[in-house]
Amino acid sequence: MRALRPLMTVLVFLAVWWAVVRFGSVPVFMLPDPFSVAGALWAQRDLLFWNTLTTLTEILLGLFFGTLLGALAALGIVFSAVLQRWLMPVLVLSQAIPVFALAPLLVLWFGFGTESKVLMAVLVIFFPVTANFADGLRRTEPGWLDLARTMNASPFAMMRHVRVPAALPAFASGLRVATAVAPIGAIIGEWVGASSGLGFVMINANARIETDLMFAALAVLSALAIGLYVLVDWALRRALYWVTDSTGG
Amino acid sequence: MRGLASRFGGVSVFEELSFDVPAGMFVALLGPSGVGKTTLLRIIAGLEVPVAGSITASDGGALSGRVAYMGQQDFLFPWARALDNVMLGAKLRGQRPERDRAMHLLERVGLQGRERALPAELSGGMRQRVALARTLYEQRPIVLMDEPFSALDAITRARIQALAAELLSGCTVLLITHDPMEACRLGHHLLVLSGVPARLGAPISVPGATPRAIDDAAVLHTQGMLMRALMR
Repeated sequence: MRALRPLMTVLVFLAVWWAVVRFGSVPVFMLPDPFSVAGALWAQRDLLFWNTLTTLTEILLGLFFGTLLGALAALGIVFSAVLQRWLMPVLVLSQAIPVFALAPLLVLWFGFGTESKVLMAVLVIFFPVTANFADGLRRTEPGWLDLARTMNASPFAMMRHVRVPAALPAFASGLRVATAVAPIGAIIGEWVGASSGLGFVMINANARIETDLMFAALAVLSALAIGLYVLVDWALRRALYWVTDSTGG
Repeated sequence: MRGLASRFGGVSVFEELSFDVPAGMFVALLGPSGVGKTTLLRIIAGLEVPVAGSITASDGGALSGRVAYMGQQDFLFPWARALDNVMLGAKLRGQRPERDRAMHLLERVGLQGRERALPAELSGGMRQRVALARTLYEQRPIVLMDEPFSALDAITRARIQALAAELLSGCTVLLITHDPMEACRLGHHLLVLSGVPARLGAPISVPGATPRAIDDAAVLHTQGMLMRALMR
């Protein structure tokens, strides 16, 4: 029953959608019914497959570099007071600028290819990873640090064997948020200017009033984002085997 | 320890505190909450710097590197298995871990077969025994303990006290406790810290080898005496 619940939610959603189109007076170019979307999905499977690959590559590269840079920035901030003084205000300021407003600039500077989208994704991923990881690194249980000190641990050993492992659950929270927002970065980049990708397909389909194709691309994108999140969440749970869920889930 | 002083937010916790812990003896330090027991222990452990005074060992050397510390909580690393928690010191110092010795220590604290358990899979008493094994693994001549068994239930506590007394024989131990029974069972000498700024009372000795029986006449008598002193 528990495994069937999401499936039932989806089925009810599709039924309501179908009923709205069938019995409501919604024009097809505004809202196609689920069957024509499924039809478009099948008819355009080649196109959708290759463009999904583009978007997936952008998301994965963005996640990789965004997480790497975010983790390094967090370590830098926590390790060095100078870096904290100079880097932290820049980080916070960078969040005050809507990343979407930067998209046209990035496309202008880095072109219609993968680079500008990866950069967009990196920009939205970087902050949640840095903020969460730095927070975790700063909140190490003082008892653990005292213990390590009486055991004559060097500052480096303290970082590697105490602070970093202790901050991994916080890092995982950041990575979960990053995984959820990474597709947004890639898609926005594609909307502004691209030659392939799911966002590119959507914009083109929209212009040609191929709404069924647009919905098909949206469905693929949603499935991609959900699948990626579930995968990352599962991997993090396995990697952080010692973290017990207080909700019992 | 000579002329130790500590202040907290401008308030003097203790001043001119002097006492000796004879080598190889188990000394229990008692006192009401907030009197500065933990501060004193942290100073000896090198975790805090005293405002004045000095601590020297009888051979004239410094204490640093010769002290093992066991706190109020077990502070086991939740991501490390029992065996790795015991060998933590080696890892932190970049030394080769001595697996056999760590296994032997776990066996001595009665945890054979549980070396692969995570702390979350162990009971409070078991966790504190892992912490005891971790303290012993350090092989330091001086062991400082800050109410290490206070969070355990009475029966578990009585058992682990006996175990600690047995395993720590030969070490110079300074145990902080607010449990007069614990002090009387384990301590060769008992010290009471009280007042503001805190002063030490004259050392009290309890006859008989440790760990003493819970219903030993000397234990019960001294316990009553201590309760009186602490309630004054």
